[in-house]
Amino acid sequence: MDIKKLSKKKNEGVTSLPSEERRKFLKMGFAVTGVFLGGSVLSLTSVQEAQGQRADVVPTEGQYPFEKHYAMVIRQDRCVDCERCLVACRETNHVPNHHDTWRTTIQEKLTISKEGFKEAIFRPVLCNQCNRPPCVRVCPTRATYKDKKTGIVMMDYKKCIGCKTCMSACPYNARYFNHDRYAVDKCNFCYDTRISKGETETACSAACPAQVRIFGDLLDKSGKVYGYLHTPDKTIWVLRPETGALPNVFYTNF
Amino acid sequence: MSIQSELANILTASADPRMATPGKNKALFIFLAIVVIGLGFGVSAFVVGHHNAYNNTREMPWGILIATYAFWAITSTGLCIYAAMSHVLGGTRMGIVSNRMVWMSIMTIMGAFATIGVEIASPHRMLLYNVLSPNPTSNIWWMGTLYGLAVGCMLVEFFGIITGLARLAIIIGVFGALAEVGANSCLGGVFATLAGRPYWYGGQLPIYFLTSAFLSGAAAAVFFNHMAYKLRGEEMSEAVRRAVKSAGKAMTLVLILYMVATFWRLLSYYVGGTDLGRTAAGALIHGPLAVNFWVVEVGVGMLIPLILIILARGENIPTMSFAGVLILIGQFVARYDLVVAGQLVPHNIGWDNVPTYFSYIPSFSEFAVVAGSIGVVGMGFLLGERFFGKVFDQKEHH
Repeated sequence: MDIKKLSKKKNEGVTSLPSEERRKFLKMGFAVTGVFLGGSVLSLTSVQEAQGQRADVVPTEGQYPFEKHYAMVIRQDRCVDCERCLVACRETNHVPNHHDTWRTTIQEKLTISKEGFKEAIFRPVLCNQCNRPPCVRVCPTRATYKDKKTGIVMMDYKKCIGCKTCMSACPYNARYFNHDRYAVDKCNFCYDTRISKGETETACSAACPAQVRIFGDLLDKSGKVYGYLHTPDKTIWVLRPETGALPNVFYTNF
Repeated sequence: MSIQSELANILTASADPRMATPGKNKALFIFLAIVVIGLGFGVSAFVVGHHNAYNNTREMPWGILIATYAFWAITSTGLCIYAAMSHVLGGTRMGIVSNRMVWMSIMTIMGAFATIGVEIASPHRMLLYNVLSPNPTSNIWWMGTLYGLAVGCMLVEFFGIITGLARLAIIIGVFGALAEVGANSCLGGVFATLAGRPYWYGGQLPIYFLTSAFLSGAAAAVFFNHMAYKLRGEEMSEAVRRAVKSAGKAMTLVLILYMVATFWRLLSYYVGGTDLGRTAAGALIHGPLAVNFWVVEVGVGMLIPLILIILARGENIPTMSFAGVLILIGQFVARYDLVVAGQLVPHNIGWDNVPTYFSYIPSFSEFAVVAGSIGVVGMGFLLGERFFGKVFDQKEHH
């Protein structure tokens, strides 16, 4: 296109524009919009259909996109911080023993009870195996991915370039850099170490003496997880719901 | 004639012997030493472990090296855009110095690549799996791929410039500039799409980064052109003066836009949203990054340059060049503050007795790598002037 020649052309005006030209222009507009829309759809993760229901935290029944939908209910007020879960996790999953390398931990907060006593609240945390996992979306090499069969967010260590974007993206601080593997590591509900071998509980869940961590398949209607999440008069919450990650670790007090 | 002798002829024609004096050679070797020592500390991270070399933690996985990468990458985008605009549209007065801007765009992105190359834990896996296992939803993937593409285009463009293949240079240059804009936008997107980090999250950041690119690019254009003539001890021709003043005008305009964007960006955290975002903004306003923000970002990077530009009335090139350097310093610290503030507030604030702000001070190795990246750009500048100086020094009929 020669801009100099173009500038010498006569202005045709908009009123004399044939409708075919207008249609062409509209079509082009739609095509451009389509490309952008396509891009924005791409930028969402593959399991966007798994929306929330009760208070936007429990997945809508019948809309689980996985063959098995593993989830965990944490009965927070039963936790006494005995840390057996943490020990079991380290041993089972060979998590290096440094202060900032963990797949699961227990957070603590001091409050004052209504009787005026100091009371400690303990909150176990781990990877939330989100339905819309920010870590999976940002990974440049698909080293971390949402497993289609189980809904678990897994790691393919050999593909991890160590850019640590997933660590920045995770709203739950659930990821750490494993110096032994020289890759990012995280909880995978003990899939490789226990669940794929026929065990029905994760190491942390099996080790808990107070049955704080209830692990199971949300698709199993006779299972405990389904029962807890579908008891209408019980309050269920998730951590940081505002991030829209749709976690599969649920919290309750009973 | 063989290819070698042809290339030798081209290089002889483009080389500038005025830049090969003993003093300039010394400067070149000093920069080279900074590169070798600085990046040497970065390379040593692969031996001693990145976690031992750098002060990044689980909670603060990104630090000054990500900020340095962003700073150089953003500057590169700016330089590339101005050069492409001048080449293609031909209407801007910057056309006469655009070849130098293309070269410096390549050199600044090299500074960025050098930094990220020693920051990433396993770059060899990146080279392999970026190709074998790409993730189209990942901003990092797009950013890396587009910056890679941009460098490829700019190298071809530069080859076209020195060999006189103008058409090739212009066409490929446009592709390079588009790739740079896309890459810059994706760099903004890396931060802007993380809902878990409210200080970064939101639609403003990618356009903020593009504004920064226009600001840093113009500042770098004024500075490097001024330096090129100062080192030769030569007066700028009237056309070059006009070009540099034109870059100075762009710098002034974008500085004002950038100040407006910064004001609204920070104000927005105080009128709603989550506490995490507000507390992070507080790190700049009255927290651990307050000196960085008020003294360096606002004072050195915005107000003093603005005063200098007014005093220089946009005419005095050395003063404008000094304002440009101050803007670049402000921009570097702004990238640092942005990267750090986004991670400074613990996710689990209110639990575990965590402090309101983590403490992050870059390690010696991190500072060394930053110096190394400056060395790359400084060395690149001198090498460019020495070997392609005559190509940069275009005549008025451009």
